[in-house]
Amino acid sequence: MLHSILQIGDKYFMWNEGPMIWTSDALIVLTSLGIVGLLTYLKRWKWLWDEWLTTVDHKKIGIMYIIAAFAMFFRGGMDGLIIRAQLAIPNNHFLTAEHYDQVFTTHGTIMILFMAMPFIIGLMNIAVPLQIGARDVAFPYLNAMSFWLFFFGALLFNISFVIGGSPDAGWTSYAPIAGPFYDPGVGENYYLISLQIAGIGTIATGINFLVTILKMRAPGMTLMRMPMFTWSVLITSVIIIFAFPVLTVTLALLMFDRLFGAHFFSVTHGGLPMMWANLFWIWGHPEVYIVILPAFGVFSEVVSTFSHKRLFGYKAMVVSLVAIAILSFTTWVHHFFTMGAGASVNSFFSFSTMLIAVPTGVKIFNWLFTMYKGRIEFTTSMLWALAFIPNFLIGGLTGVMLASAPADYQYHNSYFLVAHFHYVLIAGTVFGVFSGLYYWWPKMFGQKLNERIGKWAFWIFMISFNMTFMPMYFVGLMGMTRRMYTYPAGLGWGPFNLIETIGALGMGLGFVVMVFDIAYTIRHPEKDLTGDPWDGRTLEWSIPSPAPEYNFAVIPEVKGIDAYWMMKHPKEQEPGPVKAVDKSKIRPIHMPNNSYRPFIISVAFFVAGFGFIWQWYWLGIPGLIVVAIGLFLRSFEYNDEHFISTEEIERTEIAAGRL
Amino acid sequence: MQFLRKRWRSVLIFALSTLMLSGCGKIVVLNPQGPVATEELHLITWSFGLMMIVVVAVFALFAFMLIKYRAKKGSKSDYQPEQEGNRLLETVWTVVPILIIIALIIPTIKTTYALVKPPSTGTPVVIKAVSANWKWMFQYPGQGIETVNYVVIPANRPIEFQLDAIGPMNSLWIPALGGQEYSMPGMLMRLWLQADHPGTYVGRSANFSGRGFVHMVFNVIAKSPSDYAAWVQKVKTTAPAMTMADYQKLTAQSVVSTMTFSHYIQFSGPRNNSMNAMYMAPNS
Ligand code: HEM
Ligand SMILES: [Cu+2]
Repeated sequence: MLHSILQIGDKYFMWNEGPMIWTSDALIVLTSLGIVGLLTYLKRWKWLWDEWLTTVDHKKIGIMYIIAAFAMFFRGGMDGLIIRAQLAIPNNHFLTAEHYDQVFTTHGTIMILFMAMPFIIGLMNIAVPLQIGARDVAFPYLNAMSFWLFFFGALLFNISFVIGGSPDAGWTSYAPIAGPFYDPGVGENYYLISLQIAGIGTIATGINFLVTILKMRAPGMTLMRMPMFTWSVLITSVIIIFAFPVLTVTLALLMFDRLFGAHFFSVTHGGLPMMWANLFWIWGHPEVYIVILPAFGVFSEVVSTFSHKRLFGYKAMVVSLVAIAILSFTTWVHHFFTMGAGASVNSFFSFSTMLIAVPTGVKIFNWLFTMYKGRIEFTTSMLWALAFIPNFLIGGLTGVMLASAPADYQYHNSYFLVAHFHYVLIAGTVFGVFSGLYYWWPKMFGQKLNERIGKWAFWIFMISFNMTFMPMYFVGLMGMTRRMYTYPAGLGWGPFNLIETIGALGMGLGFVVMVFDIAYTIRHPEKDLTGDPWDGRTLEWSIPSPAPEYNFAVIPEVKGIDAYWMMKHPKEQEPGPVKAVDKSKIRPIHMPNNSYRPFIISVAFFVAGFGFIWQWYWLGIPGLIVVAIGLFLRSFEYNDEHFISTEEIERTEIAAGRL
Repeated sequence: MQFLRKRWRSVLIFALSTLMLSGCGKIVVLNPQGPVATEELHLITWSFGLMMIVVVAVFALFAFMLIKYRAKKGSKSDYQPEQEGNRLLETVWTVVPILIIIALIIPTIKTTYALVKPPSTGTPVVIKAVSANWKWMFQYPGQGIETVNYVVIPANRPIEFQLDAIGPMNSLWIPALGGQEYSMPGMLMRLWLQADHPGTYVGRSANFSGRGFVHMVFNVIAKSPSDYAAWVQKVKTTAPAMTMADYQKLTAQSVVSTMTFSHYIQFSGPRNNSMNAMYMAPNS
């Protein structure tokens, strides 16, 4: 009896791997019990279900995305710290090669797909409908579906750590090392299936926001009057719609190889391993623009707001977004110049990659000149946006250096590359989402995050970031390749790596200070009673903070770019506060009902995914059947909307001081 | 204050000098030992110089904006909240980057084409470099010999590495001599390299290929032509010929130390490390 329990423990829970796993198991069980206990003690189960798990409100969904992204930042960051701990000194054997391979794989995958993506999508959810004067997204129910698919995809990926073992073929999961022959076991199955589930949610998000932005803008908001963040989300949605299906197909092909013995990527049967690299990066390069363009949008809003000035070169900003989007599909080969596709192919992709620098440069200069003759206010949000410019520049310019194919033969897969992509991903995406978080926090919660603590977090994080990643450029030129679990002494790599590790600890500290800022703000809130704490320019600042369920009591009329700024600064009169809500224009508001189905269907997806990962078809197939039933029943759901009465709207608006 | 400043300076000097001492001499990409690496370095420095133009321009503008236009109490001058853009400026920062890119793409394309050809006119030496996880095998078809996890080359002669793989893809990278290229199963690639002087250089696989990937390091020993000829002769006469057992050990997943053979067995058949296992149980 005991023996067989231990056997099962070893097989499924990796108990034979020692104290690290046991501690993790214990911590996970304790945390889960803690959460369950707390919810029960506070009698919050019903609240959780009614207000969050079944919600279709874009603001709440956005908040849930961001909470999940924070949790994943923590997980991915811990992985990053473990990587750095292992590499701090030469010949370190804190981790074995097997474990190190798992850690950098989960680090990269989680950071990109389960941290950057949801953080960006969370901000999209919070800001876009408010910026365009809409009451929700076009398909609120689908939006909830997207979130829960992402959530359960992320959960599925994360449990691999304690049930069955993590994937270990890198976040790029190249065949054949991710194929069934070199990588038996369930780790890669977790990668394939959890990304698949989350990816379906992302495609739905792309469609949702495309339609929302095209169809649901307030009267008068022409495309060329949209806030720049909304523009960036529109373009991002188009990229998602074109890029993510490629990922879906690619993951499915490798899944067929792994689960059903197909040979799309195995050399022995005429498969093409290099096809994986092509397909992966045909999605992968656009993907990096999916996570950077919305950050660009955030910077446009923040720089203009805190310079108290219009965005410089609005049209050029839009054109450059479109140009980047198109070019992003023409550069994927720069990820494997060294495959030897021939001089002409490499020359073409060198050129197409370098071209992206032009629209990106246009944006950088436009941000700089947005500050020209402005009045720059150094809020925490603005600090993140400002720090983005020089730091991202370093990442971007080294990107141009990497684009030169023959030079890339020397940089490829070295720490030079690792430094480059962290400079763009962190100084671009991470600084962007942090900037956006501080910027929109008042709109989300009706209180400002503490600025003093926020600035501490900023400086610690930003300086440590440079300390972590700047030395990597050098150590790369010294010949250190990525994904090495340990390295010998005597090559001069040691001191650099030690500095990097110290820097990484600093980034961890910066993150902790930021979380502390959030906790501090919750305890000592600085209320935002105006709804417009930053002297904002776009429509989200025209409504109370936090935004009421229906967003706009009366849909605003838009007369130009920076609609709210124009309302505050009418041409003929002195600038002044905007007239409160006009009572006579309030009508009952039509809103979607909550639904438990997205949650349930996603749970079913999770169960099905788990079944397929373990090739337990008795579990996987019923899971899929439940999914199908859920979808089927949804198509016969007619009673899924309700009205908010004028009285209730008036009550809410009076409470917010608007009537 | 004074004390602090002094201390900072000495800390800075200390940090820089340790970096210099431990670092610069060892920044191998910046210290090329052959024509290919030199040519690549030219491109690296050229692109770095071009990028520095942008860095200087952007950093200067950035500092200027932050200092000049930070919100100060009182001053209302120079505040133009409705400024929309400026055709001329926007043209400048579209055109100048395009010029910079043209200045970079021309030598890029030239070098890309140049690197396909032998780096010099000497008679090339052909060496077949086969990655088989987790080791490098170097076969000399002209001489019939094979080395494992080290390779000997004549200095000052172009080397034609023919890249092949058993098992997953790897990448042959000898930074002192030049950039890398992938070794892929069943897809023969060619990489030209050359060493200027006799010497020992480090090479490794730059493409992750699983657990033993870190062990795919090897020394490249460049010898003068006469030493090289003597070495080949010595291998031919003193090294053992490859046996079937050696062959199986080499083609299976394993980490081995350096080896030398006076004769090698040509690899044939499916290019997985263990083909039998492949046929038997793809999935269990
Ligand atoms: C918390 C700070 C972070 C630290 C200390 C850190 C450190 C590292 C290191 C040292 C590697 C290289 C591992 C190796 O090749 O052996 C790496 C890989 C990677 N990192 Fe980070 N990182 C951090 C944050 C991020 C963020 C925010 C992102 C993305 C948004 C990210 C994305 C990646 C990716 C995609 C890889 C490649 C993984 C692979 O090779 O498969 N990292 N990180
Ligand atoms: Cu790319």
